[in-house]
Formats: sequence, structure tokens, C-alpha cells
Amino acid sequence: MIFDIFLVEAIINGILFGGVLALLALGLNLVFGVVDVVWICYAELVMVGMYSIYWGNNHFGLPLVICVVIAIFAVALLGFLIHFLVIRPILGTPPINQLLVTGGLLFFMQSLATLLFTGDFRNLGLHLPVLELAEMYISFSRLIAFVTALLAMVALYMFLKRTYLGAAIRAISQDREVVVLMGVNPQRVYLVASALGGGLAGLGAALLILQYDVHPLIGISFGPITFMICVLGGLGNMIGGFIAAFVMSQLISLGGFFLETEWGYVIAFVFFIIMMFIRPQGLFGNRS
Amino acid sequence: MLIVKKLSKHFKGFVAVDSVSFEVHEGELVGLIGPNGSGKSTVFNLISGNLSLTSGSIRFDGQELAGLPSHRVCHQGIARTFQIPRPFRKLDLLENVAVSAFFGSAVPIRREEAWKRAKEALGIVKLSGDSNVDVARLGASGLKKLELARALSTRPRLLLADESLGGLDETEMEQAGEMLEHIRSEMGITIIWVEHIMGILMKVVDRVIVLDHGEKISEGLPNEVADDPKVIEVYLGDKNEVGHKAADTTVESLQSSDYISRKQC
Repeated sequence: MIFDIFLVEAIINGILFGGVLALLALGLNLVFGVVDVVWICYAELVMVGMYSIYWGNNHFGLPLVICVVIAIFAVALLGFLIHFLVIRPILGTPPINQLLVTGGLLFFMQSLATLLFTGDFRNLGLHLPVLELAEMYISFSRLIAFVTALLAMVALYMFLKRTYLGAAIRAISQDREVVVLMGVNPQRVYLVASALGGGLAGLGAALLILQYDVHPLIGISFGPITFMICVLGGLGNMIGGFIAAFVMSQLISLGGFFLETEWGYVIAFVFFIIMMFIRPQGLFGNRS
Repeated sequence: MLIVKKLSKHFKGFVAVDSVSFEVHEGELVGLIGPNGSGKSTVFNLISGNLSLTSGSIRFDGQELAGLPSHRVCHQGIARTFQIPRPFRKLDLLENVAVSAFFGSAVPIRREEAWKRAKEALGIVKLSGDSNVDVARLGASGLKKLELARALSTRPRLLLADESLGGLDETEMEQAGEMLEHIRSEMGITIIWVEHIMGILMKVVDRVIVLDHGEKISEGLPNEVADDPKVIEVYLGDKNEVGHKAADTTVESLQSSDYISRKQC
């Protein structure tokens, strides 16, 4: 068999894409693991982050790095507010209500963005170089996105492992009834996790706007796949979500290589549906 | 120190705790006993704020606890253990206790101070050794000790110990009984002890409160309670009901305990 350079390129691109998906899945899993509510509108937080970077950079002329920092904090604040204003009052209600409410938020944010920013596709107009490596073309922006996503995940891991608040987050995701008896104020931990989840979405926005145009419906491109990755990895299971992100991104990339780009998604989603028949709890989940 | 007045808890028509009143004084070691389903654990859940009460009042050093969320109750100086140990399996042994020490302290403390308190608490329950141990590898006795260490690391003034001895062998039970006695006498922590196995409990406690079907049926010194016809009736009586097996073992342990034999001498 001839060593297929294009196949290797597709695999590398799949890995690079997986990094950003893993970051988004981590944010969604973090919130779910701690608060026990799935933010269906998670990718819309990413959309808000992308717009804030776009406006900051294109209209106010702020340096991109500053815009990214602003976006991370702005979306973290948005996550905080979503918990404080929307999730907190419905914490004790059946899960279906919580899904409907965050689903409602999705449409609210989409519509509001359309109203404010119109449906135009916008981008930063950046022209990042394409790296040529042994006859393979690797997009520089994807490489940056991948490395940054990995660094962010390591930082989050250290936070969860090395701090008391991190330990409380790990503890509350396991037994919320006991952890409160040790003086942990659950509402505080929920707010921290929601802000962290928002911050990760803000960072994800920074990485995605290097590669994609922003428009009000951009969430559709990343929301469903992020949610499916989390379910595939076992909802709330961060390690599982991390691995599932690379499985899905590889399926998309290889499907796109052997057939067409759109087929990549079709194959990934079919794989997901079949896995739900075989392992409804997810690849690494133990929840029913 | 703790004054419980007309405490009631209803679960959709089922009365789990029915107008129970009792007091616990500073420095006391009080036993709370009763057959399965008599409401002992529910009383603990109500005091610690796990459950909200239907009616009544719980005052701790003059402060009303009813309506306070659990973490605030903890900061008031009340800690509890669970009948079935509930460790955080994702955290190692020292982390389990340190989280409790850090967040359970009534006033904010430094990181290092929390580690120190956690190690102290592990030392008290004799679980020092390797603190990085995976909690999944602790046996039944080790998990019970971990529960106790987590509770102690919050530096409570009142400890609610829920059936600390279930699932332990005889020697381990003796040791655990001695440990509670030690915690009370050396550390000055007031203790309410819920227990099925009465032999050891009767030897160490100052006073016993007996619940049955959510009502207080007896209260007094251990020997008074053991002679109370109502208590004997409850423990020997309804053998046909569900839960009689637990009652059986309790009666056996009651009768075979050193306490009873001492009394007969």
C-alpha cells in the first residue's frame, strides 16, 4: 500500500479539531456534573463570545488578545447570570423542565443575535499562515486552537486537583447531599462551575473565530456535536468526554476524507445513534 | 445545648417523627435507640438540615436551626456521620477529610490549617498511615473511621453519630465505642449516638432516648430504660412485623451485654 499523505493529513486535522470539541465538551460536562442541568444552549454562549471578539476587534479596534480576554470574562459572567437568574429557580423541578428552559434560552439567544447583528456572516479577516509539513498542509489556526485547548484543559485539571474549590466541585458531582454537611455552600459551587463553564465557552469562541465566520446560527454547528460527545463519553464524565471528542472528530475527518465533508458528519451521527443502542450510558458512563 | 421541641416530620401522610421532644446537655453522650424505621435517622436528618421539618423547633445554643440550610448548620458546630459510609470516591483519603476541614470551619481558614486539621482528625480515628490512599481500598471499619474523621475535622461541638458500628466485628465495635467515649471525654464534644447494637452503647452512654414509630417512648439512665416495660415490649413485641430481625439482634445484644450481666451480679 502506498503511504497516503492525504490520509495522514486528514488524521492530523481530525486530532486538531478534536481538541476544540474536547474543550467545549469539558465545559458542558463540568456544568452538568456539578449542577446536574444540561445547558442545551451551550454553543450559543460560544456564539456570544465570537461576536464579542468580532465587535471588539473589528469595530473598537482592540488588540485580538485583549478581545479574547474580554470574551472569556464576558461569557463567564453570562454563565454566572444564566445560573443565577434562570437555573437556580428551577433546580428542584423535573429534568424535562430544565431541558426546555435551557432549550428556550437557545432560541432566545439565537433570535436576539439575529435581531442585533442580522444574519450576516462576519469574520476577523485574519490571514493566518498554512504550515507545510512534509507535503501536508496544516492550518496554523487549527494548531493554535488545539494547543490552547489542551493547555486550558490542563489548567482546569490542575484547578480541580489542587484547590479546595476544585475538590468541592469533584465532591459535589458525586454526592451533593453529603458535601453540604461539610459546610460547602452548594449555590456557591454551582455559580463557580457555571462561570467556569461560561469561561471555557468564551475561550472556545476565541479558538473557533480563528477558523469560522460568526453568525447567529453558528451554535447549530457545534451545539449538537458537543452534546453528543458528552453523552457518548457519559454525561458528566470529563475523561470520557475528552476521549469521545477525538473519536467523533476523527470520524468526521476520515468520513470527509473518504467521501465528502458532509458525509463525515452523517457517519459521526449514525455512529452516535448506534452507540446509544449498544451503550445508552455512554462509552465510559455508569449512570443510567 | 440542644433543645428539640415537638419535632414532627410527615412524608406524604406517613408520620416518620411524631412530636418528639428531648434535650441534650453540653458534654453529654446520649444514646438514641429504637427498632428499624423508628425515626432515629430522620431525627438526625432534621437536625442536620438534610430534611426540612414539618413542625416543631430545634434550638442549638439558643439559635433556631429549623430552616437553616445544611452548610449553615455545619458552621453552627454540628457534624454528623452516616449509617452507610458515603466517602467521595474521586478524592483520596486526605482530600476527603481536608475538604471537610476547609469548608466546615465556622470561620475561614488557610489551606495549610485545613491540611493540619485533616491530619489531626485522621490521627484521632487512627487512620493516619498513608494519606494518599484510595478510599475504595478502605474496608468497612476504615470507611466508618473516615466518616468520623470527616465529621471531627469540622471541629464540631455536637456530633451526631449514626449507627457507627453496623458491619463491624466485635473487636472493632469495642474500639469504636471507646473512640466515641474518648472523643467526648478528651475533646469535650457532645455526642448523640444512634445505634442498633445496644450492648456497647449501654455501657458508654450517660442517657438513652428510645423511639418507636416516630414517638419517644422512653428516656433515662441506661438501666432505667432497659427495665422499662414499654421498651421491652417494643423490642420483644412485634416480631411479626417487617424489621423484626433487627429487633431480634438488638434484644440479644441487650440481654447478652456486659451491662446486663453486671447489673444482675
